[in-house]
Amino acid sequence: MRAKHAPDPFSFATSPLEKTNVTTSKLILGLGLGFALALAMPLIARADPPGDPTAVTNDHGMWRDKNGDPTFKVSADGTVDWYTYSGFRRYHSECHVCHGPDGEGSSYAPALADSLKTIGYAEFYGIVVGGKQDLGAGQEKVMPAFADNKNVMCYLNDIYVYLRARSQDAIPRGRPPKHADKPPEFEEAETKCMGE
Amino acid sequence: MRKLLLASCFGVTALFTAGYAVASDELAKMSADPNQWVIPGANFANTRYSELKQINTENVHKLAPAWTFSTGVLRGHEGAPLVIGDVMYVHAPFPNTVFALDLNNDGKILWKYEPKQDPNVIPVMCCDTVNRGLSYADGKIFLHQADTTLVALDAKTGAVVWSVKDGDPSKGQTGTDAPFVFKDKVFIGVSGGEFGVRGWVSAYDIKDGKLAWRGYSEGPDSDTLIDPEKTTALGKPVGKDSSTSTWQGDQWKIGGGDTWGWFSYDPELNLMYYGSGNPSTWNPKQRPGDNKWSMTIWARDVDTGKAKWVYQMTPHDEWDYDGINEMILTDQTVDGKPRKLLTHFDRNGFGYTLDRATGELLVANKFDPKVNWATGINMDKSSPDYGRPIRVKAMSTEANGEDVNSKGICPAALGSKDEQPAAYSPQTELFYVPTNHVCMDYEPFKVSYTAGQPYVGATLSMYPPAGDSNMGNFIAWDGKTGKIVWSDPEQFSVWSGALATAGGVVFYGTLEGYLKAVDAKTGKELYKFKTPSGIIGNVMTYEHGGRQYVAILSGVGGWAGIGLAAGLTKPTDGLGAVGGYAALSNYTALGGTLTVFALPSD
Repeated sequence: MRAKHAPDPFSFATSPLEKTNVTTSKLILGLGLGFALALAMPLIARADPPGDPTAVTNDHGMWRDKNGDPTFKVSADGTVDWYTYSGFRRYHSECHVCHGPDGEGSSYAPALADSLKTIGYAEFYGIVVGGKQDLGAGQEKVMPAFADNKNVMCYLNDIYVYLRARSQDAIPRGRPPKHADKPPEFEEAETKCMGE
Repeated sequence: MRKLLLASCFGVTALFTAGYAVASDELAKMSADPNQWVIPGANFANTRYSELKQINTENVHKLAPAWTFSTGVLRGHEGAPLVIGDVMYVHAPFPNTVFALDLNNDGKILWKYEPKQDPNVIPVMCCDTVNRGLSYADGKIFLHQADTTLVALDAKTGAVVWSVKDGDPSKGQTGTDAPFVFKDKVFIGVSGGEFGVRGWVSAYDIKDGKLAWRGYSEGPDSDTLIDPEKTTALGKPVGKDSSTSTWQGDQWKIGGGDTWGWFSYDPELNLMYYGSGNPSTWNPKQRPGDNKWSMTIWARDVDTGKAKWVYQMTPHDEWDYDGINEMILTDQTVDGKPRKLLTHFDRNGFGYTLDRATGELLVANKFDPKVNWATGINMDKSSPDYGRPIRVKAMSTEANGEDVNSKGICPAALGSKDEQPAAYSPQTELFYVPTNHVCMDYEPFKVSYTAGQPYVGATLSMYPPAGDSNMGNFIAWDGKTGKIVWSDPEQFSVWSGALATAGGVVFYGTLEGYLKAVDAKTGKELYKFKTPSGIIGNVMTYEHGGRQYVAILSGVGGWAGIGLAAGLTKPTDGLGAVGGYAALSNYTALGGTLTVFALPSD
């Protein structure tokens, strides 16, 4: 089930990237270029590891690092940002069936808490959207393309942020006990994306 | 005269072409021969019991591997091989290779069948690319492939005799259950409860693969093959549209109720028995109603598919307690009367005993004391809630609502027992049950449906019950009284199928990879051996050249390999807490081996 066309990542984003303002459109361009690069020059994009995960800017409730990639923010008392919490829930509904609990892996699918130490946002996005096949050597591992799956695509930034936090040991295994409130723009974007 | 001549010239083979009840007669005869293992569950009744007694409680401690075989595949190995005469038939997870091994020649490969399947079926198999085994009849080996192809292979040569496509993986429909031959037909179910697949059972003619009938788990009576007046539930006719009237709108079309478990057969009653799985989605709020006939024990006429009786165990499921586990048929005395029984250990933690002729409910008790989503099953025949679970509100994911984390529900979604089949010994009149001992937090939320994509809608967190560190028990159960007789704790869920033998020994496998032998009367461990990988297969036994062998497939995976590989964690662990419970990955890695044990030949 390969994606039929290169999807527009922003039509599914839960963060209100559609809102135009100068900073945002620069971010959009940056990400768009990054994604196009990821598609066009796979070798170079794959070599781009995630950068410094420190949360630098807040984009309507979602944190971004200095490269503009979505990231997590955990306060001193363990309170996680909304997207990290949302990502925990969505990961355990859509990804846990193969990738195991808490991004820890299963007998056949890799531990994403490990993978995200070396693969960056653009590559992660590309794999989820387009799928991946590792055939042979006694193991046939196939990840489906989730481009048409709103339950995944509408929350993909959330899932990325959660797994990024896990990969940096910023949060332990299990449900985050404390989380920030849901930003008002989140529900609006969610409804728009899920199409209800 | 000519017929007699044919029969004598071509021997038994000619009889096979006469068709009809012969295949079943042949299978019944063969399954009575303890030297062979011709049906996945040992016999039509699915007792997984062998009359062989060369291996017994006195000598089993001397058991040792006699020979081994690698399948070449490194995914979860469920099911067990068949032994027909001097040939062993071994199957594998995707790509579902089938090997015919010559037992007269140290397991030399007589033939190999390797289907070519589109690997894109793999991501729509929720719980690893498992396959639960083969069936045999009429000189043919039947394989149900991941891509839903049912193929009949010539048992001698491996050549394809006929092949038929039962479903469509692009809609999330896949094949994992073993085919079963009853009478003149071969039966298969379908997988895809996490993909909104409306379940069915298909009956194909064993001669040419022509579809004889198909009975759905949900839909109008013409689809479910239910007769509003003749089909009963707990003695009462189910009435018109018994399925669709319990769903909202068209939700039944993506209703689930899949049929990937084990089938049994009573030749006298001409009925086949099986269970249907969870309704789709995992979010109960999105499918109001009882969601019939998901979570149901079915008794269908083998010739026509018409449902004789049904019993829904978990109406309006809120926890993913699929009803697909095996139906074990026994004849026992209950309250002084000999009864034809059906015993079923459900995912929901209750062990049910029913009259398999009428569907009357006789016993329904917890086979794990920690089960807490219901206090019991209503056994009051005069009550309007007769046969329904008495639910505990705090454990109701529906009552607690969407986007609320319902905590501490036992059992977890993987149930007190999953597909791993139990065994029954007529010697002890006890059932030997491999169980899980795990609880969960479950949070449902709204999801949208896309064909071929997962349709789940719940977040799951699993951990052992409070105060316990063992995630499994292997138990002996009295089905007449509904009581646990003995219980052996295990570190991990016991995910293998059990085997009971006339030697008084019961065998099972552990997720770390141990093959274990215990005393059928007391549960005392008599032998163990660590095989190359975790065990999710079913133990079987056969005799060849005067020696009794016990065989088990190793190859960790299945749902156990997903949920338990990295270990579970306590729900209340805060920041900085160290580890949780044992991780399966600390004990075993992937594998794909058959280990065959015997007593030393000296």
